[in-house]
Amino acid sequence: MNMIEVAGLRVVAGAAPEPVVEIVKGVDFTVKKGEVLALIGESGSGKTTIALSLLGHARDGCAIAGGSVKIGGTDVLALDERGRRALRARTVAYVAQSASAGFNPARTIMDQVTEPALLHKLMSPAAAREKAVSLFRALALPSPETIGARYPHQVSGGQLQRLMAAMALITDPAVVVFDEPTTALDVTTQIEVLAAFRKVVRELGTTAVYVSHDLAVVAQMADRIVVLNNGAVRENGTTLQVLDAPADDYTRALLAARRHPDPGPPAAPPAAEVPLLEVRGLNAGYGRVDANGVPAVRVLEDVSLRIPRGSALGVIGESGSGKTTLARVVAGLVERARGEVLLDGVPLPATLSARTPDQYRRIQIVFQNADTALNPSRTIADILARPMCFYHGLRGAAAQKRMLELLDLVKLPASIAKRQPGGLSGGQKQRVNLARALAAEPALILCDEVTSALDTVVGAAILDLLAELRRELGVSYMFISHDISTVRAICDDVVVLYGGQCVEAGQRDVLEAPPYHPYTGLLVDSVPALQPGWLDARRAVTGTPLPPLGPSAEVRELCAFRARCPVRIDGACNVTPPAIKRLPTGAQILCHHSTAELERLQTAQALQVAEATQATRRAAA
Amino acid sequence: MNRPATSHAATVLYAAGDSEDRTAAEVVKDAPNDAPTPPRSPLRRLAGRLSVLGLIGLAIVVFWLGVAFIGPLVAPYKGGAITSTEIFGSYSAAHPLGTDFLGRDMLSRVLYGTQYTVGLALAATLLASGIGTFFGLLAAVAPRWIDEVLSRIFDALISIPSKVLALVVIAAFGSSVPMLITVAALAYIPGAFRISRSLAVNLMTLEYVQVARARGEGLFYIARVEVLPNMIHPMLADFGLRFVFIVLLLSGLSFLGLGVQPPDADWGSLVRENIGGLAEGAPAVLMPAVAIATLTVGVNLLIDSLRRHGGRAHGGGK
Repeated sequence: MNMIEVAGLRVVAGAAPEPVVEIVKGVDFTVKKGEVLALIGESGSGKTTIALSLLGHARDGCAIAGGSVKIGGTDVLALDERGRRALRARTVAYVAQSASAGFNPARTIMDQVTEPALLHKLMSPAAAREKAVSLFRALALPSPETIGARYPHQVSGGQLQRLMAAMALITDPAVVVFDEPTTALDVTTQIEVLAAFRKVVRELGTTAVYVSHDLAVVAQMADRIVVLNNGAVRENGTTLQVLDAPADDYTRALLAARRHPDPGPPAAPPAAEVPLLEVRGLNAGYGRVDANGVPAVRVLEDVSLRIPRGSALGVIGESGSGKTTLARVVAGLVERARGEVLLDGVPLPATLSARTPDQYRRIQIVFQNADTALNPSRTIADILARPMCFYHGLRGAAAQKRMLELLDLVKLPASIAKRQPGGLSGGQKQRVNLARALAAEPALILCDEVTSALDTVVGAAILDLLAELRRELGVSYMFISHDISTVRAICDDVVVLYGGQCVEAGQRDVLEAPPYHPYTGLLVDSVPALQPGWLDARRAVTGTPLPPLGPSAEVRELCAFRARCPVRIDGACNVTPPAIKRLPTGAQILCHHSTAELERLQTAQALQVAEATQATRRAAA
Repeated sequence: MNRPATSHAATVLYAAGDSEDRTAAEVVKDAPNDAPTPPRSPLRRLAGRLSVLGLIGLAIVVFWLGVAFIGPLVAPYKGGAITSTEIFGSYSAAHPLGTDFLGRDMLSRVLYGTQYTVGLALAATLLASGIGTFFGLLAAVAPRWIDEVLSRIFDALISIPSKVLALVVIAAFGSSVPMLITVAALAYIPGAFRISRSLAVNLMTLEYVQVARARGEGLFYIARVEVLPNMIHPMLADFGLRFVFIVLLLSGLSFLGLGVQPPDADWGSLVRENIGGLAEGAPAVLMPAVAIATLTVGVNLLIDSLRRHGGRAHGGGK
């Protein structure tokens, strides 16, 4: 029986008599009861618009122009406002991308989770609370009895996303629409949220529509995949078929964008040469600095790294690990508490104002969010002209010529120079951002999550551009990311940060195979594989509770990862600070385990996951 | 990560339509550079981005600004001349707005008074908003201790009730045009400072300002190029509000007899002079009050539509 039937759906933007644009061009698909369907595509492909039309909703400025949407036999588009309200009360629920924006910070979580049921008078308050607690339990939230009494800012982002799902599921809807619910989360958080969603959807037998741009995530969640591009369906098939035997060129392009090109052998480390950037024993943080020179909130502790000329260093970590602060300290935007930063062997002053113009010029920073990194009231030409004039005194025709060269370098058309940032797409803005950094002719570019806000395809193009610029201009990068595959694609050396500590440092190859630091291991294993069943297999293998750990000793330099470490040792991790160990790969890690022990544990686990995945696959096929 | 939910719809719109179906703000901003945009006069462009109510407001404001400049030239009688024996006279051909308590032509009095009301208020508002914005920007971009000092000074100023301050200062130094401007400006600088500082502090945390700082730009450049252009819209709306408040403050002072001194009169003093005619419903007391009301309503209509527009452009940009 078909739960959802969408036929010939058309959505347009703009109202007559002005010219209208078709955002969704005649889309058909059906979803059986209890099935999970994924809508996948780049931004602008119309996937969110289609998802919203299942609720009978079109965003401001858009209108549903034709076609039919039937949910459980009811024609959603034929309903009036009251009918749609009733539909949203009982039949269809929506889980949005940004949970933090979806919760009211002034009310408790329980109030908000039970609100849909109470608003539509479906349950008594006591029954709604009971139902909410059982959903919290099903979604594997910590302390399900009491978490409802907290306020949204008192729980983590991943927990908030699960709470949002609880809010959607409280009315027992027949259909749930998930709109990119894990896109804003770290990899380690993402798999926990995904596992919780998967479990709940399966247990309740809910029909779900899962919107995402990430094929690997979709592979874990969906039974069927609909690939969208420019508002039209490119491919519609079972998950196995779409991943293994894609019928459409566009699907193949999407799959290819996930596989980053091999960046070639890493540059041989020049042994004796002075590195371009060297950081020694760096401590930094925010807040009031006490008598010992230690700030109130310590973000970075004793971080050391070096970037040889012309090479790229990847800095990996979850949000809150201090990676952005590291870039800001190097750029001089945040003052360091202790430690040294040397550029070409010359110490850099801690404060911005003490640096020389040449030191400013040689370090440029490129931020994650291209929307806020460009001044919206200036044209691209103005934005690019400023560093040329500021550092090199270029004006007039010479500046114009250099600007065209730069635009050509980042593969943007010259006509863009007269536009303002508001008229550019995300990928174009990020290219302008890079061009602005290049205009200074820097030696080192600090790239802070430059591809995280972009689609897979657009992000891959930016990565290619970065690699090309490095070959042609010989610039060095400090490449900050939470995504291991992008770091692998572009960097020679890798540093893994956890809680401000540098837990592992080595060449790119250290990410390829065990042994690695337990935290690096967690990061590597948390990246979803492009195989259905991987998530279940991984949960089955790693679902065991963490080994017990006694109270911690009053030592500051204890391993920061001990609270989450799956291989922690009571009596060592909570008592003595770990020592630096050198692995056979040449990497340095901070851990109590011996190399052989780590290798044995991690290899065994990877094998188990792979075997279990294969088993589920065979069962499915 | 925080991809705006509406971005692709908006992009599609821009990409598909020609310059006409973009919002007026883009047309205005792009006009000097964008070849396909038809050249339009500044007034047409301003008119194009206002709603009907905003256009009414604009018309009223332009009308009163015009009157402030040419009022004395077109007035039928000299401002202070006694032209009739009838006091509190009603509407007539010779005196379209009647006569006041001395038998002077009310139309001429209002026309002469416009330059005081509008001129004084405009000068005081320019001073208040200009100084407030300058110090607000300074506090946002300068080192923290300067911000602290400035903020505390303006906090102290803001804690004094503005009308009482004005009364005390004028009682002490006497009433003159420069003194009125100074007092009105002084009363409204702290508010402008607070608003511009909070706008600028928000902008300072944005990444393009961080990039400029990391580039080694000076404070003046950051304030002038990176911050000021992006806060000018709300500051203009604030300018309009402040103008209205100052008109009311000056009219209030004049009503108390501390404003513009006879025989000159602004609208506030005209109301006070002729308060005796209130019982008879004389136009002499109604007309200046109507003038004050239309100016304040007109300015409010104008800035409301400016602000709504500015807000939308701001939200769309994020």
